[in-house]
Amino acid sequence: MKEEQMEVHVRIPAPLKKLAGEQDVIKSQGKTVGEVLRWLTDTYPGLEERLRDETGQVRRFINIYVNDEDIRFIQNLQTPLKEGDRISIIPAIAGGSSFGEVKPDHGT
Amino acid sequence: MKIGTLKTIKAFKDWLIIKATREGSEISVEETHQLLHDKGPFVLLDIREKEEIAVGYIKGATFLSQHLLNEKVENLLPDKDVPVVVYCAGGIRSLAAARVMKEKGYTHVFSMAKGIEGWKAAGYEVVGDSELTPHQLSRYSRHLLLKDVGMEGQMQFLKAKVLLVGAGGLGCPAALYLAAAGVGTLGIIDSDKVDLTNLQRQVLHGLADVGRPKTESAKDAIHRINPDVKVVTYQERLTPQNALEIFDKYDIIIDGSDNFPTKYLVNDASFFTGKPYIYGGVFQFEGQASVFFPKEGGPCLRCLFPEPPPPGLVPS
Repeated sequence: MKEEQMEVHVRIPAPLKKLAGEQDVIKSQGKTVGEVLRWLTDTYPGLEERLRDETGQVRRFINIYVNDEDIRFIQNLQTPLKEGDRISIIPAIAGGSSFGEVKPDHGT
Repeated sequence: MKIGTLKTIKAFKDWLIIKATREGSEISVEETHQLLHDKGPFVLLDIREKEEIAVGYIKGATFLSQHLLNEKVENLLPDKDVPVVVYCAGGIRSLAAARVMKEKGYTHVFSMAKGIEGWKAAGYEVVGDSELTPHQLSRYSRHLLLKDVGMEGQMQFLKAKVLLVGAGGLGCPAALYLAAAGVGTLGIIDSDKVDLTNLQRQVLHGLADVGRPKTESAKDAIHRINPDVKVVTYQERLTPQNALEIFDKYDIIIDGSDNFPTKYLVNDASFFTGKPYIYGGVFQFEGQASVFFPKEGGPCLRCLFPEPPPPGLVPS
């Protein structure tokens, strides 16, 4: 019996877009959040270092939401997904600056 | 002739009172005082002009000058079934205003007989004359029309002390709006100088300011908008050494910094001084904004993002 391929939408934040083919939203596959992230980083290997630390955990300055719920308050990477769920990757953002100019000072 | 004129005016007043008493309903100052004391759901509407309000008003009043009543009252008071007590100086204009409101469909409108003069004569308290000047009443009149701001809210703005960390892309627009609204004290901490590349978004600074400290440029711009605002400048970096002492002097901290070490320092110093922390971050066309106020039971920045990214991993 062929397993059903389930599609969810992953929203890519601006700072990671260039590592994901400049896409805002990526149709991804997986039955849990962990599976979807694995699918994403397999498809776009440049995302691996940004999303996960050396031990494979989601980095602590990145939050993942399923629809509007933070996965830390549901079942984390084991959170089950259903067709059409929206996953958002939300990193901490610092700047008031425009095009990613890195300047070690406050006030931009 | 003078006496004759007075007689005519008195006759006119008598006529107006009789007419409006039939068509409207009057309420005594004693009854109004009781309503205020009971904190019942009603609106006390002061329809006098700003020069009169400057001399004194009844605490809890909402303000709408008589000449704006026809045009604005339905915006100010969308619920036409809420009881309204209108007052003026002596109770004449308020009769006319109550009639206008009845015609607009307000179901429970009363005119306070004898007005604020009668209120004072009965020994009831009025808020004194020292709070807002006629100029300020005019400048902030659109705030006074907002039920959730009003006179008390405007007084709170004028007494508020807000610290802006950074006078850049986020700090500039925040400062513009706070200054225009009449926030009394704005602290600005920034060690940077204005650069030509800043001008497309850092809207407090102009071409002539290039090379000047951002704090100085910001102070001038704020005073051009509103000389009421006291601007305190800190031409230095925010550090773990100075943060607590500076934050202590303010009611609200607004973070317009562009780097993670400063954001986490602002978070921690806000936490330890018990101040609400207004957080914002922008990357190109995306942004985040939040209020962190753990003293009132909410989370802090470290609850949202437990640690900052290491340098270089995420562009700021």
